[in-house]
Amino acid sequence: MTSDIENKYVIFKLENEFYGINIENVRSIERIQNYTRVPNAPSYVRGVINLRGEVIPIIDLREKLGLTIKEVDNNSRIIIVSVNELIVGLIVDSSSEVLEINKEKVDRPPASEENEAEKYIKGIGKDEKRLIILIDLEKLLITKA
Amino acid sequence: MDIDISQYLDAFVEESKEYLQNINDILLNLEKDTGNKDLLNEVFRVSHTLKGMAGTMGFTNMANLTHDMEDLLQALRSGEKEVNPEVIDILFECFDRLDTCVNYISENGKETEEEHTDLINKLKNILNDNNVEISKDESDKHENKETLNEYVLNVIKKAKTEGLNSYRIDISLNKDCMLKAARAFVVFNTIESFSEIIQSQPSAEDIEDEKFDLDFSITIVTKYKKDEIEKELSHISEIDKIEIVPIDISSSISDIEKEPDTNIKNTESGAEQKNDSKDHKNNSPAKNIKIGKTVRVDIDRLDNLMNLVSELIIVKTRMEDTSEQSNKESMNEAIEYLERITTSLHDAVMKVRMVPIERVFNRFPRMVRDLSKELNKEVNLEMTGEETEVDRTVIDEIGDPLIHLIRNSLDHGIEHPEERVKLGKSEVGTVKLKAYPDGNNVVIEVEDDGKGINFSKVKSKAIEKGVLTEVKAENLSKEEIIDLLFAPGFSTADTISDVSGRGVGLDVVRSKIESISGSVEVETQENIGTKFIIRIPLTLAIIQALLIKLKNEIYAIPLSSISEITSIHSTDIRDIHGQEIILYRNKTIPIVRLDKLMDVKEIEGKDEITVVVVRKGDRQAGLIVDELIGQQEIVIKPLGKYLCNVRYLAGATILGNGRISLILDVNSLF
Repeated sequence: MTSDIENKYVIFKLENEFYGINIENVRSIERIQNYTRVPNAPSYVRGVINLRGEVIPIIDLREKLGLTIKEVDNNSRIIIVSVNELIVGLIVDSSSEVLEINKEKVDRPPASEENEAEKYIKGIGKDEKRLIILIDLEKLLITKA
Repeated sequence: MDIDISQYLDAFVEESKEYLQNINDILLNLEKDTGNKDLLNEVFRVSHTLKGMAGTMGFTNMANLTHDMEDLLQALRSGEKEVNPEVIDILFECFDRLDTCVNYISENGKETEEEHTDLINKLKNILNDNNVEISKDESDKHENKETLNEYVLNVIKKAKTEGLNSYRIDISLNKDCMLKAARAFVVFNTIESFSEIIQSQPSAEDIEDEKFDLDFSITIVTKYKKDEIEKELSHISEIDKIEIVPIDISSSISDIEKEPDTNIKNTESGAEQKNDSKDHKNNSPAKNIKIGKTVRVDIDRLDNLMNLVSELIIVKTRMEDTSEQSNKESMNEAIEYLERITTSLHDAVMKVRMVPIERVFNRFPRMVRDLSKELNKEVNLEMTGEETEVDRTVIDEIGDPLIHLIRNSLDHGIEHPEERVKLGKSEVGTVKLKAYPDGNNVVIEVEDDGKGINFSKVKSKAIEKGVLTEVKAENLSKEEIIDLLFAPGFSTADTISDVSGRGVGLDVVRSKIESISGSVEVETQENIGTKFIIRIPLTLAIIQALLIKLKNEIYAIPLSSISEITSIHSTDIRDIHGQEIILYRNKTIPIVRLDKLMDVKEIEGKDEITVVVVRKGDRQAGLIVDELIGQQEIVIKPLGKYLCNVRYLAGATILGNGRISLILDVNSLF
């Protein structure tokens, strides 16, 4: 049973690429809502939202990964993730589905670290024609850059 | 063992701590009043309970230690051994060890591997020292205890005289056995049909609750012979092994231990059992059970909460009714009623979270005792106001700062007895620890009648350390000198002692207290004493705050750090060496432009400026805000681990409209 969960990923889109986060770490997916700016926080931290009484910081994943920044729109979603007691919301362009990607279908990430995004890649998953970039959440949230 | 004990762990830790505290108090009293039999009885009783509790939880090492402690206490109680400082010290040592054990258990959910042989040997030595006979007796009893107690022996003896046989039946269930308790019940029933069960190991209740592995043993008295019993029991399925051992007490009870057969048998089975349980431990993956913070709550307070909640429900239905009729007046009435209930509810919940400060204070008598011994000083600790209640979260934070302060008082404050006599003071120094509520704060004072703070010494030390120049030192005010004490790495102790002088003292105290939005003040007078005054909020969860606006963002400033609000003209602000200040009530106070600090875009200059004057200790600063909204009770929510390092913010709160407002950390603005 556990191996099933390990291989399941929540898939979302940024720019034209598909990304995946292990479903174990995903608490919920929310629509964009009003947030409060947090001054003096890193620039990619958009602010904090009130999620059913909990104060949760939200991160613009585009900015964090060094992609061009885009205004949020109707398709934008906030994926609430938790890693090691850290709870953070990630703003993504859209989120569609949950996919099961077997370990055999996951390639190791490219070795070069020339851009910001590649530091946080755990692997590249293959699903039919699509390539899905699997994100290493721990690295993404704990290393503050 | 296989039993899932995690659900009892909380209770175990909580209760053990209570009992340990009890032991601590009694030992302290016992030290003063060595002849007091009541105290001895009490401490014996408590450690006995502890032993039982540890035993039930399967913490054998802890149980063994308490057992030997009990032996010593028994000897003290019966007068075979006298209460002397050596004995008290060893008892304290045991207490410390038990304390560590319990802490380890609470953190890891399992016992330490440490078997405490050092302490057990010490305990045995003390007993041996006095009376070899007793100690042998005691240790023998220890071995035998598992299987035969006095009551059982009596019954067996009586049975013997009546011509009945007594046996011990060791039964091992088949490891595939599904319903162990039920199977054991069948065994019990069968045995009961032809004999009288006088003891079972583990106890019948435990077996009923399936609190056993696969083995259990029963001691019975019967007129049946061994082979007859075997035949009876052989009908029961799912049993691996039955061993029937006759208990032979041909000789008198007093030296039952000398009876070789049972004795060897007993110890053997004991060892077997131990091995068994150890194997099990290794097999089962180490479960990591963490204990949450708990609060013991008076049932009355819970009842009160319950009442309020039911009132809340009543008001809810009432509002539903009125909304149908859309009658404004009755709606208002209902809202008023609701308001009253929420206030009381808030009050009641707060009270549930409150814990008497005693929980922190009660470790100090012991600490002062040990420290004064170590420092060769005579110190009397006077505590008042232990019943003062503070929030549970505060309790956890103030322990360390208070320890620091008391250590300081003992080490730096109180003089040696000779010196005190020379100064015309009583030989015995006094440290007063006082707690009392003061409005929305709790004040804790640590006061000693020692030598006070030597200002010139502090100054010269500061110059030596390069904290300030000689010229500057000349002009320092008393307050500024005291402030030096709180600088990181500062210590006036000439030599580094075990107790203090490492310079990690007062700055830690201040930062810790300030982290829970409290403050520390010092009053001192040479040769009369020093008083540290700690002020901490009653609760951390809910505070009164002033809501202000910067542009269109709302921020909250804790009311406790606001001294006043005023309005000034922009020309009142003067720029002195890049620092903006205003002259206010004949004091110059620095100005903080919050909008700049909070990175607000498009700042517009205004002529009429609203300034919120905040204070930290006796320093003040003026915060420029755009607009005041008003005072409100806010619930503090943490910003979470991810943003915990963001400057100037102490947390966030959720406003009535669901939006989040950030709380300013006033202390960090200075």
